[in-house]
Amino acid sequence: MPALPLDEAGKYVAGAYVVFVVLIVVYVAIMAAKLQRIERELRELAAFAEARASGDQAAGVREEVGA
Amino acid sequence: MYGKGLRQLSIATVAALAVSLSLVFFYAPLDADQGFIQKIFYLHVPLAIVALLGFIAGGVFAVAHLRSDEGRWDAYSYVSIHMSVIFGVAVLVTGSIWAKASWGHWWVWDEPTLVSFLIVFLMYATYYPFRYAIEDRDRQARYASVFAVTAGAFVPLNFMAVRLAESLVHPRVFATTGGGLPGSMMLTFLLSLTAIGLLWVTLVKFELTAKSASGQLKRLRRALDAPPAGGRPRVAPEVS
Repeated sequence: MPALPLDEAGKYVAGAYVVFVVLIVVYVAIMAAKLQRIERELRELAAFAEARASGDQAAGVREEVGA
Repeated sequence: MYGKGLRQLSIATVAALAVSLSLVFFYAPLDADQGFIQKIFYLHVPLAIVALLGFIAGGVFAVAHLRSDEGRWDAYSYVSIHMSVIFGVAVLVTGSIWAKASWGHWWVWDEPTLVSFLIVFLMYATYYPFRYAIEDRDRQARYASVFAVTAGAFVPLNFMAVRLAESLVHPRVFATTGGGLPGSMMLTFLLSLTAIGLLWVTLVKFELTAKSASGQLKRLRRALDAPPAGGRPRVAPEVS
């Protein structure tokens, strides 16, 4: 087949490069969602660990007072 | 551990992609036969080469996993194959666009290069259901490694078979006799290949870092769930 004129070939070339960029962007968006979930879990675990530490401290004080 | 050097790698990847795209559109000459449509070559072929090398790398990491029984090699193998499957999707789509523009058809079934790549891609698409059909983690990793080694060995064999098929339809731009790329096109192609290779490595590292962080989080949850000495267990809140 003869070479396509620039205006027609341009659409195909742009399409191919846009597909590539869209795939990368979708991948990065999925990774961002994963990162957000990890951050949220980490925040909740940190809050849980802090609550547990302060609970243990309070229990220690109660034991000392009771004794 | 996996995130080490990720920032520098990301910067290098973005720079390499910018340079290669500039060369593709402002430096490389127009192909005498195909004209502007040949610009897809600088994206499609590096993607295909990197995807196939990624599949082979997945097999090599799987061998390391089977020899050492270390979980990190299984992670490397899994992520290599995962990333190459994503790149494979890009190869098939960009190839179809190029085929439509060059040959007037989105897909040509009697072209060995296209069909063989599709076979390799579909073979690796079965990796996920195969892997996740097994519940036991150790068996899952072992069986997945065996799959990765077998499929990884098939990739170069498949490539050689296609080269031997001597098709007249698909262009052989790296042929040793006749044709071949002129210097400016070869330079652009090699830079594009480097940029796509760097992108693959960067995304693999991103994925490994995310997986590692997720794993560390599970370890932390298990440690917090464990009962304190002499106390009853307190379950950490589960986040969906």
